[in-house]
Amino acid sequence: MKVWTLTEADIDRIALGAGILGTGGGGNPYLGMLMTKAQLKQGRMIEVIRPCDLAPDAHVLALGNIGAPTVSVEKMEEGDEGVRCLRAIEKQTGRKVDAVIADEIGGSNGLAPMITAAKLGLPVVDADGMGRAFPEVQMTTFFIHGQATHPAALADALGNIMLVTNATTPEMLEKLMRAGTVAMGCTAHMTTAPMDGQFIRDYGVPHTVSQCWELGDTVLAARAAKTDPVEALMARSGGTLLMRGKVTDIGRRIAAGFVRGSLTVTGLEAFSGRSLIIDIQNEYLVAREGDRVHAMVPDLICIVDSETGRPITTEEQRYGLRVSVIAIPSPALLRSDLALKSVGPRAFGYDFDFIPLGAPTEAQPVAAYQDTSLAETRPLTPIHSGALS
Amino acid sequence: MSGMLRIGVDVGGTNTDAALLRGNEVLATIKTGTTADVTGGVSNAIRSVLAAAGVAGSEIGGVMIGTTHFLNAVVEGRHLEKTGVLRLCGAATRALPPMIDWPEELKALVDGGVALVGGGVHFDGAEIAPLDGKAIRAACENWRRMGVDTVAICSVFALVDARMELAAAEIVANEIPGVAISLSHRIGRTGLLQRESATILNASLHRIGKETVAAFRAAFASLGMTCPLYLTQNDGTLMSADYAERFPVFTIASGPTNSMRGAAFLTGLTDAAVIDIGGTTTDIGMLVGGFPRSRSEGAVIAGVPTNFRVPDVFSFGLGGGSLVRSTGTLGIGPDSVGFRLPQKALCFGGDTLTATDIAVAAGLADLGDRSRLKHLGAGLVRAALAKMKTDVENVLDQMKPGPEAIPAVLVGGGSVLIDGLLDGTSQSLKPPHFGSANAIGAAIAQVSGEVDSVVSLEGTTREAALAGIVAEARHRAVEAGAAEATVTLAEVEETPLSYLPGNAIRIAAKVVGDLAA
Repeated sequence: MKVWTLTEADIDRIALGAGILGTGGGGNPYLGMLMTKAQLKQGRMIEVIRPCDLAPDAHVLALGNIGAPTVSVEKMEEGDEGVRCLRAIEKQTGRKVDAVIADEIGGSNGLAPMITAAKLGLPVVDADGMGRAFPEVQMTTFFIHGQATHPAALADALGNIMLVTNATTPEMLEKLMRAGTVAMGCTAHMTTAPMDGQFIRDYGVPHTVSQCWELGDTVLAARAAKTDPVEALMARSGGTLLMRGKVTDIGRRIAAGFVRGSLTVTGLEAFSGRSLIIDIQNEYLVAREGDRVHAMVPDLICIVDSETGRPITTEEQRYGLRVSVIAIPSPALLRSDLALKSVGPRAFGYDFDFIPLGAPTEAQPVAAYQDTSLAETRPLTPIHSGALS
Repeated sequence: MSGMLRIGVDVGGTNTDAALLRGNEVLATIKTGTTADVTGGVSNAIRSVLAAAGVAGSEIGGVMIGTTHFLNAVVEGRHLEKTGVLRLCGAATRALPPMIDWPEELKALVDGGVALVGGGVHFDGAEIAPLDGKAIRAACENWRRMGVDTVAICSVFALVDARMELAAAEIVANEIPGVAISLSHRIGRTGLLQRESATILNASLHRIGKETVAAFRAAFASLGMTCPLYLTQNDGTLMSADYAERFPVFTIASGPTNSMRGAAFLTGLTDAAVIDIGGTTTDIGMLVGGFPRSRSEGAVIAGVPTNFRVPDVFSFGLGGGSLVRSTGTLGIGPDSVGFRLPQKALCFGGDTLTATDIAVAAGLADLGDRSRLKHLGAGLVRAALAKMKTDVENVLDQMKPGPEAIPAVLVGGGSVLIDGLLDGTSQSLKPPHFGSANAIGAAIAQVSGEVDSVVSLEGTTREAALAGIVAEARHRAVEAGAAEATVTLAEVEETPLSYLPGNAIRIAAKVVGDLAA
């Protein structure tokens, strides 16, 4: 068993990397980064474990935020929302939770489970259900592979808890969660049904917390060394540089609560004379040059500031920004025929099939993992003891 | 206002510039040294420019001052007051207490005690929790005991409904006699932490704001002037001195705007690139519709993230005092002799080869003694001029909105370094008085009002929502000193918001008007 104990510097890196994996959506991880660091400042610990170290029958809960990013920057969290979600599920199932995990590593949700993990002394699994960001709850590898639709819970800052004891389909669960979120003022913490350790080992996108750290560390190291962060990202992410240029056209509109539109990046320097059109549906979905599609969902299309490597969300895009468009191959779990039904181009309304961008990404655990006898010396869940009320 | 005499003053790190205008005619410009006490330098500049134009102080109709004084106060951590912070939030937002992302030293200087109490609304205006008057009074008692007499109040979604901030202010004013109160809905935009930080900075600058304005007034009286005083704010528009006393933080990022507005005035161009070359740095920004284009992300002030809209300006180390290294690879800047140029530059008998020496050797400027530069090879001079021009062109290209050639305006004392048409521009203008564009920009500044709010269109129309927001912006412009009849809509920005029901949109509106006579 190996454990990675996070420092504040690690959290800076993970937050930056989560922004890049947000592929334009998923919200800004800045506030989550502050909240997570505040936990460490208060003397709490955050420990990350590899999925292979989960006991097959461990009880794992996926936590995340749901709602409107604009609201979440104004009416921020109280801090115990995730704890309340978790307790509601424990009460319903009569079983303690052993570890937490992110549904969606990309954007603000990548850090969401860490606050609850710190508060309850639970480990965070180095994996997630997307390997990026997607707009809907049912687009996780967990739901794609048959995660139960219930029980699921929603909690807000004011103490309201909504428990879904039955949902007939993942789509229905998404609808119920959205309705509950609106009632809670458009931002809430949510959890889906508990999963067992074997399920996470089979169907969690592995080592995505590590991947975030690597991406974030790459950018911060390049900034510190005053070298090109985009080139550094290319070297360490296994990605392809699709375009380096400036945003010359942006069209956005809201349809059914989602941002849709497109963005044109006109090439500069080595890309002079070329231009790339990127379709937006909350995230960057498809990148095209003329008739040629260079990259498509579920492969990751990430747009960063060419100068600083800072990820740029769809809402921040504006005319004249100097950006680099990077495509990173999606992990194998998103590329199966089964997964593509939920997250392939056709699932987003395109009439073409997925053409992968090179070999799938296989993220590796960071070097900071250390051997530990943690499993022997103390229970995984030190805060929980005795029977559940 | 057409024939009114106005003096614009721009207080920089090194120089204080002043310009005297009658209507649109520039009567005199002068440059003096900035003094440590700021008001001394401003008095000197005004006295000199009055003398240069042969005008009496009593004839002046208005003085407009652009100063980085308040920014310096924050950066240097001087003269800041301990501030009480009242957040109206109920249970919400508590995971991120006030000032959580401030540098520790600055927080220690400003933090006068924080209270998170019942209050605040949701995005649709529904109450999060009732306003907790009892908790507010308890916090006030604490502040009163500690001698805190400036308080920042920030309510969740204050831009949707400001009434709780107003009600809390009334309680605080009753509890702490003579307290200064800063309300977040008047200061910042949606994004609680950043708006709250801006409000706290404003509150902590209250005393120095008051003292500075009083010192300016006293200095004017000694010059025989009785005219109104204005300060330029972050977007290049003016606010009356009374208003500046209440909102000192609005001047905090006003640095580069005056030059850009001056460039627009001197050339008559409304859409152009402005290249302001000083002694140490070059600032390049874009004029859009006569105003500086603003940056999408907010300004970070002395390490504190805020959400002020500030001009989108790219600064880099090229100026008249930039060091020129001619051995090995030719290098110019970013190090500079700065204000010691008159002692250090070769043409003034110094020992350092500076960018100014290159300009003098090339015959672009007539400064000092050109014969001292005879030893500089023609090849070096040519190469150095070409390099400075290329450096400017590269940044200019990054700032331009598109590949089309656009006009460029060169201002600032260091703009003598650049000769000829810049690549990517249709014309490269160096207007008369280019060295004092900053002071002229201050003198001709208008008055604005700005509102940025989230509105739900459920039960109302987009037009009605917009009209309400524009009306509030007009109200603020008039309050800041605009003549009501001249106020026009300058900018509307609508952003649809994702994942919100009821067609919620964010509307930002800005109006601009002439100074009331």
